[in-house]
Amino acid sequence: MIPEIGHFALILALGVAAVQGVLPLIGTARGIPGWVATAVPAARAQLLLLLVAFGALTYSFVVSDFSVAYVAHNSNTEQPLVYRISAVWGAHEGSLLLWALLLALWTVGVSLFRRGLPDELVARVAATCGLVSIGFLLFMLLTSNPFDRLIPVPTQGRELNPLLQDPGLALHPPMLYMGYVGLVVPFAFAVAALMEGRVDAAWVRWSRPWTLVAWVFLTLGIALGSWWSYYELGWGGWWFWDPVENASLMPWLVATGLLHSLAVTEKRGAFKAWTVLLAIFGFSLSLLGTFLVRSGVLVSVHAFASDPARGVFILIFLAAVVGSSLLLYAWRAPAVAGGGSFELMSRETLLLLNNVVLVAASASILLGTLYPLFMDALGLGKISVGPPYFNSVFVPLALPLVLLLGLGPLVRWKEDSASALARALWPTAAAAVALGTALVVLLGGGTVVGVILSTVLAVWVLLTAGAGLARRLRKRGGLAGLFGLPRAYLGMVVAHLGVAVLTLGIAVSSTYSKERDVNMGVGESAKVGNHDFRFEGVTRLPGPNYLATQGTVRVTREGREVATLHPEKRQYASQSHSMTEAAIHSRLTRDIYVALGEAAQGDAWSLRIYNKPFIQWIWWGSVLMALGGLLAATDRRYRLLAEAARQPGAGGPSRLALAGKR
Amino acid sequence: MGRYVALGLFLILLIFLGYGLTLNPREVPSPLIGKPAPAFRLPTVADPAKSMGTDDFAGKVTLLNVWASWCVSCRQEHPLLVELARKGSVQVYGLNYKDTRQDARRWLASFGDPYVASAFDEDGRVGIEWGVYGVPETFVIDRKGVIRHKLTGPVTPENWAKTLQPLIQRLQTAD
Repeated sequence: MIPEIGHFALILALGVAAVQGVLPLIGTARGIPGWVATAVPAARAQLLLLLVAFGALTYSFVVSDFSVAYVAHNSNTEQPLVYRISAVWGAHEGSLLLWALLLALWTVGVSLFRRGLPDELVARVAATCGLVSIGFLLFMLLTSNPFDRLIPVPTQGRELNPLLQDPGLALHPPMLYMGYVGLVVPFAFAVAALMEGRVDAAWVRWSRPWTLVAWVFLTLGIALGSWWSYYELGWGGWWFWDPVENASLMPWLVATGLLHSLAVTEKRGAFKAWTVLLAIFGFSLSLLGTFLVRSGVLVSVHAFASDPARGVFILIFLAAVVGSSLLLYAWRAPAVAGGGSFELMSRETLLLLNNVVLVAASASILLGTLYPLFMDALGLGKISVGPPYFNSVFVPLALPLVLLLGLGPLVRWKEDSASALARALWPTAAAAVALGTALVVLLGGGTVVGVILSTVLAVWVLLTAGAGLARRLRKRGGLAGLFGLPRAYLGMVVAHLGVAVLTLGIAVSSTYSKERDVNMGVGESAKVGNHDFRFEGVTRLPGPNYLATQGTVRVTREGREVATLHPEKRQYASQSHSMTEAAIHSRLTRDIYVALGEAAQGDAWSLRIYNKPFIQWIWWGSVLMALGGLLAATDRRYRLLAEAARQPGAGGPSRLALAGKR
Repeated sequence: MGRYVALGLFLILLIFLGYGLTLNPREVPSPLIGKPAPAFRLPTVADPAKSMGTDDFAGKVTLLNVWASWCVSCRQEHPLLVELARKGSVQVYGLNYKDTRQDARRWLASFGDPYVASAFDEDGRVGIEWGVYGVPETFVIDRKGVIRHKLTGPVTPENWAKTLQPLIQRLQTAD
């Protein structure tokens, strides 16, 4: 009964989405206020219905209702409750439901935090979201219904892939999807702007915080996924250039570009058409990612059941959403184009370069990801494109970006003097080179150009951010001024520091990591870096739905105890091969990572031991970036918009009054 | 015209994506196709004292199915193989890949044994010579001992009806 309620709620939600997608658009075009007004209540009704559907599916998992095919395929009674719940989004059908739910959530979010958004704009944004939602709900109901029943009812379900039974991976999809789906808001704002034929500072102030929040989720989602693959896959790697990872990185890069382009549009009124186009690209790439992951056109380690019927549907959906928005852009771009002029040496130019680099990076990843498909389709053979391609394309694009990132915030809008900048910055540049090189020498030396360059650039960002901050604080009378600084500015500084930390983490950990594969009997020792590892044997430990073989490894450094690590191999009852749980001992400057391999002769086991310096900086850097985004999203001027909207008697500020304030 | 560039590029991308749906990225061509099957002789799963090898295929069209008790997809294809063997459509030999004898026997006992015999390839050495990527894989070998087709992934009613069965019939009637 409960699953049928969920199914029925989905069908109703589809109907409501149709109303939400169509009526407000006709209403705004024809000037029928009653139809315009349907947008917000329809969005709320849709959210409510999807909550019911999501609740019904969650309930089916909690009570282990194996008559629901999706539950039977992804859960069993042995599975701990938390993973029965995370299994709701653990596979294709349920993750689509999560997609649709989050989409509705974002739409209602826009209608709740309106910040003085005029009714017509809300209606257009909600309608665009509604149209996208129609696609997802149809997709679910036609090809991937999570509520399909299974007859005969199995007595036990197939377990959720044990790789996914992990706290990191229980959280990773909702975060990532919040980011993916969140990009629908800037997209919807862009579509609304094209319909209206106007992009102004007010429009940017409405859409920018949403872009920031979506970007924060996307950043955290990607970082969480990378962290998970680091500790769960047992290879010590944190990024594999797998198509699915690329599918999340591409929209992230474009969204990062969009954030910067929005800044130019808000402050200087330039790059308008470009900003709109980036907003369209961002969401298009997240839809494309969905297509790549679920249609089976590419081989990936991420196992989503692929099905040609689904592939055809998403392709049509992709064509409809992206094709129509790009067509709208081609038709209406002249209406929104134009804007302030600027000189060659100006912050605008640097931000333009930033955008070019980010889009180029995204395009080269897209090319690499789709290359096997292109070759195959053209009959030129089966090839696979791997990390060598991506590293050699991405790194040379990323490093100049880091250089720009240090410089950009110190350059004035509109026009600046190159010679004055050079005079002011050469000591900083020299200090960055000196400190960066010194750091490399300290870390173990070697004349690896890549690591020296990256370290110098990371220090450069650090110093320039500090210089910019100092300059601002001096104007405000010392450190006390720190809290008076606009959050948008602080957010930028924090996010840029995050990039420096991330760059340092990547460069140092990928250059100075040490690893060894060793066979060790009980009592034997191995040395990796300056740590000694003594293998003390294995014990068997039962888990809730698996049997673990737990090794004990004592780590010492020059005779002093450092840690006792317990790497595990888990044999899940339902699975044939076992899962690795690496044991990691983290410090700020290094991780010690031990993974249990296979049993060898006698009591010996093969062990993989890594010493990875600075690797945690990769994730701390990402967290800083996200924090910066969050700070910027809560800047005073966005809150002021909200305040202005709440002024009694104002009756919602008119679009013109706000637009006039720029 | 610049504003149409994005749209144009997207349309080209769509064509490729659409065509991509008709392709199977997991279909990896084997360099062994058209070549004589790499000879092997291994003890069987059922009895370590007995052995089986390529000589046993002896002038008959043969399916060599690579399987393992730890392989989930093998379970999926297994009923079909059992049925094929029962109907006598083709002789099926097995190559038990990186498994333990005990597990393999238990598996055959519970799911049925379609194989004339299964070779016990414990360390996967024969699998390497045959270019096995993953399990399950199925090779079609003609009467002269030449590999004619390799299927990566499970045998399904669809690929049996579309590819394997017509090929096997053709090979069986050819001289």
